[in-house]
Amino acid sequence: MTAKEIIKPENLVYTKTKVMTDVPMHYCPGCSHGVIHKLIAEAIEEMGIQEKTIGVAPVGCSVFAYNYLDVDFQEAAHGRAPAVATAIKRLQPDKCVFTYQGDGDLAAIGTAETIHTCNRGENIVIFFINNAIYGMTGGQMAPTTLEGMKTSTCPYGRNTDIYGFPLKISDLLAELDGTCYVTRQSVHKVGNIVKAKKAIKKALQNSMDGKGTSVVEFVSSCNSGWKMSPHKANLWMEENMFAKYPLGDLKDTEKKHYGQ
Amino acid sequence: MKVMEEIKLMKGNEAIAHAAIRCGCDGYFGYPITPQSEVMETLMQEKPWETTGMVVLQAESEVAAINMVYGGAGCGKKVLTSSSSPGVSLKQEGISYIACAELPCLIVNVMRGGPGLGTIQPSQADYFQAVKGGGHGDYKLIVLAPSSVQEMADFTVLALDLAFKYNTPSMLLADGIVGQMMEKVVLPPFVPRRTEEEIRQQCPWATTGKVNRKSNVITSLALQAEEMEETNLRLQRKYAQIVENEVRFEEVQCDDADYILVAFGSCARVGEKVVELARNEGIKLGLLRPITLWPFPTKEIQRLAKQVKGFMSLELSAGQMVEDVRLAVNGTVPVEFYGRQGGVVPLAEETLAALKEKLVK
Amino acid sequence: MAKFKGTVVVNTDCCKGCELCIEACPLKILGMSHHCNSKGYHYVELKDEDACIGCASCGYVCPDACLTIYKVKL
Repeated sequence: MTAKEIIKPENLVYTKTKVMTDVPMHYCPGCSHGVIHKLIAEAIEEMGIQEKTIGVAPVGCSVFAYNYLDVDFQEAAHGRAPAVATAIKRLQPDKCVFTYQGDGDLAAIGTAETIHTCNRGENIVIFFINNAIYGMTGGQMAPTTLEGMKTSTCPYGRNTDIYGFPLKISDLLAELDGTCYVTRQSVHKVGNIVKAKKAIKKALQNSMDGKGTSVVEFVSSCNSGWKMSPHKANLWMEENMFAKYPLGDLKDTEKKHYGQ
Repeated sequence: MKVMEEIKLMKGNEAIAHAAIRCGCDGYFGYPITPQSEVMETLMQEKPWETTGMVVLQAESEVAAINMVYGGAGCGKKVLTSSSSPGVSLKQEGISYIACAELPCLIVNVMRGGPGLGTIQPSQADYFQAVKGGGHGDYKLIVLAPSSVQEMADFTVLALDLAFKYNTPSMLLADGIVGQMMEKVVLPPFVPRRTEEEIRQQCPWATTGKVNRKSNVITSLALQAEEMEETNLRLQRKYAQIVENEVRFEEVQCDDADYILVAFGSCARVGEKVVELARNEGIKLGLLRPITLWPFPTKEIQRLAKQVKGFMSLELSAGQMVEDVRLAVNGTVPVEFYGRQGGVVPLAEETLAALKEKLVK
Repeated sequence: MAKFKGTVVVNTDCCKGCELCIEACPLKILGMSHHCNSKGYHYVELKDEDACIGCASCGYVCPDACLTIYKVKL
């Protein structure tokens, strides 16, 4: 049987979802953002919620997320995406609202907005891409940078006596009464990708059902920032990142309602 | 049959809250700061979410509040925030984004004395911040300066109307006096909030969900220089239109005046008394009260400059609006300044003395 | 003997040659082309057409969504 005979619509098993645009992504080769974008788009398509989904893009590498995901989008100032999403969801409660934020955006400049949005239990989803570095600005230290890890602003490695400790912000968010679902996923292997998509769908459904704030952290690689090949970056991530940021659900419940 | 107007007695800050509910606002996002906390307190007391469906939310900071306004305005909703000077400084980042993304909304600044934490007493020292942009980049706000409780209510409605007319943020620049004092006020009539369908029609750019159209994106980002220049040129064309159409001011006895006092907000109230005292002494003084601080009544000042001997600007600052008066007058007649700072309000008598010393020699 | 036969169609224009699919392929039958696309990237290609089982592992891990996978049951 030749390839020509196999390539028929009825034999299609995997292709790009229609919720992704045809704009080529600007990300570096092998960047985790592409896979995560794809999974969110696939989840939106499979759930049939493209018409009611509104995304909020961050400042950072994924600032142009709105060019690739074919849903309504607002581009927020650095760190402010959860505040922007709060208003979108409060004013349009029938919509499915998510933010897409990196570690610098979510866990440094936007820590206050992140914590208070989660603490209010806003019915939104926060997709948190943790690659332990500021990618867009050229590889500076992030709040999640690992101890000893080298970046352009800690070129001799993150000395915790000077720069403090890697911030496990998802653990902190899981402690808040407003969050309903906090999970840590990765997208470096097929098995992990399948799990991550399930988590994304669950989180989006939570937003629709008004269960509280869902946080899906993706422990990711930044091969350019880490100065490794994409494959080596994945191996390094497995060895080093997962030790500090172990995968799995941190919380799965429903926020308590007033008077309950 | 004419409906009887209902006259109420309330603070300026309270009037803003009532006017916002009545004109069909969809959301208010704020953070407490003296002397404007009554805006949010009144809204919370009124519980508009049970009547009109308006959302009222106390944010964790002024920064969060203005970004909630950005999010709400991006949905085509009628939204506002209020704060006072230090809080408005914190909001500047968000205001710049809103201006560039061309979103309509209202920001209320009930000014207090600065710089720094300053004082909770009234001031007009945020004039520059309000009319020259405030945040980064080339942008303008439509700035309305109320001088009475009635105008606090009326201008809340007007500022939002103008914001939607031009898709641009507008600002109510009040001060602690107008915010805190109680006066009689006739509140605006109730207008229902727009339906989702009406918003889709009025604001086809809004993030209301991608239904039978391309996806909408609210952004202020353009990496290409030419693209960003085009955005700037579009903004400047819009601002030119606003300058052409929206200048508002009030004049008191300017027709035969030899001298003009220029004052806005609560200073204009002092100014009216100064005109009376001056006229009693035979000095032909008139008062020009800019209602829109941007666009500034430049043409009117230029017109008056041809018939008077001089201007004096009266402000609760070290002299900010006086620079715009000087730019308008362009050296043809003297322009002087008198003001008090740090929350001190000038008396009519001392202002007249200053006028005589500086101008009427 | 494989129970499935599959194939991979590569959108060569948007492939950035990151090679993640090559690592993900359980049969190790993907490889880099000697040719470059318009952006100057070597793109991936199916080196052994007969061996592909259409498992779509390559598609899942592709960050640029440039792989389309078909398969038939034998």
